[in-house]
Amino acid sequence: MSIQTALELVLAAVVLGLAAWAVAARETSAAVVGFIAYGLLIALVWVALGAVDVALAEAAIGGGLGGVLLLSAGARLRENEKRAAAERPGAGARLAAAALSAMVAAGLAVAVLRLPTPAPTLAPQAAANAAATGMGNPITNVLMAFRAMDTLLEKFVLLLGLVGVWSLAADRLWGGNPGPRHQADPLGLLAFLARLLAPIGVVVGIYVVWTGADHPGGAFQGGTVLAAMWLLTMMAGLTDTPPVSSLRLRLVLVAGPGVFLVVGLAGLLFGAAFLSYPAAYAKPLIVAIEVAMTLTVAATLTLLSAGAPEQRLER
Amino acid sequence: MSGAVVFGMCGVAVVGLGLYSLITNPHPLRKIIAFNLVGSGAFLIFGAVARRSATTAFSGDPAPRALVITGIVVAFSATALAVALLLRLFDAAGSATLGADAQSSTADDASGR
Repeated sequence: MSIQTALELVLAAVVLGLAAWAVAARETSAAVVGFIAYGLLIALVWVALGAVDVALAEAAIGGGLGGVLLLSAGARLRENEKRAAAERPGAGARLAAAALSAMVAAGLAVAVLRLPTPAPTLAPQAAANAAATGMGNPITNVLMAFRAMDTLLEKFVLLLGLVGVWSLAADRLWGGNPGPRHQADPLGLLAFLARLLAPIGVVVGIYVVWTGADHPGGAFQGGTVLAAMWLLTMMAGLTDTPPVSSLRLRLVLVAGPGVFLVVGLAGLLFGAAFLSYPAAYAKPLIVAIEVAMTLTVAATLTLLSAGAPEQRLER
Repeated sequence: MSGAVVFGMCGVAVVGLGLYSLITNPHPLRKIIAFNLVGSGAFLIFGAVARRSATTAFSGDPAPRALVITGIVVAFSATALAVALLLRLFDAAGSATLGADAQSSTADDASGR
């Protein structure tokens, strides 16, 4: 057994252990912490699988934004713990669930082990057509050009998710700021960290977007880093969420899918098909979409983490 | 044994663990975490499948990886929506459980807010 395989086995075992902890921990807060650690280590697994782009996305969302979302929800639901524990199913039901889960896992295991060899792959085609966009990162090419439709629809899913979250506001709070107003000591450690980290994080986020053309990175990953920085300043009490009735905010939220859709329709009018880029302008068009998408992703993910409007609109 | 097999099996086991927790854990927030585990395991299986075609020239198939990035973002927005629904239910009803008797008591409280 090579050293690499041994390291992979250890990593897989630790990841499995953390997943089991997130399932079995008695306290919800402990389970959430286990799940955050799992999200961070899963990013290492993606590096080991040679997918650094995915690792960046997983670390930023699984370890960062998802952690903030679940931790704050867990803290607010603490009183709910006992009541929910009373509904724990009996031993028979748990045994049946375990049997069902084991059967599903066994079926999946057989499917994974019996995959055809040689494995089918689109990597040579992606590399051969990279010249059409002028970008060297095959994953960015797939996301922004070869399968641009998926990415466009995903933007709409994000927007719909946010509309769903906002629509949960009580009537009297509609139009107000999402989430509770965070109070923190203005001279405390959190405020200090937010002041120190946010400018660096913003530069890192923009760099990750820009470098995504040729190296691991891209609009999602960079947007998520920007969202994390915005959330940090909010949690430190330095800024507040913008009110959901703000026109400027809404323009930012529709900028990404809007620019994407306009470019796509232009392809239908002047080019070969919906979302076809003319070869001479492919890269500038894609960069324009990515810039708009980064702003939208950052704003949408931040507000999704902040939740439904909970502060009354000040008139 | 290659990394694709090791982490593919790891993904399979995570799906199994998550499914068990989704069914048996009564706390709604724990069910949301469990659902995320199932999704994460499915992404891992995808990543293992993408890795199988790795050669010296390519580190793997970019198409499944791009799909996973899209999937991670969509899973996060679904999680945020689920958490928001749960918090709203808890605020309106004072408790958030999925039991049969819980639903009748929440119905009259929810209209008052």
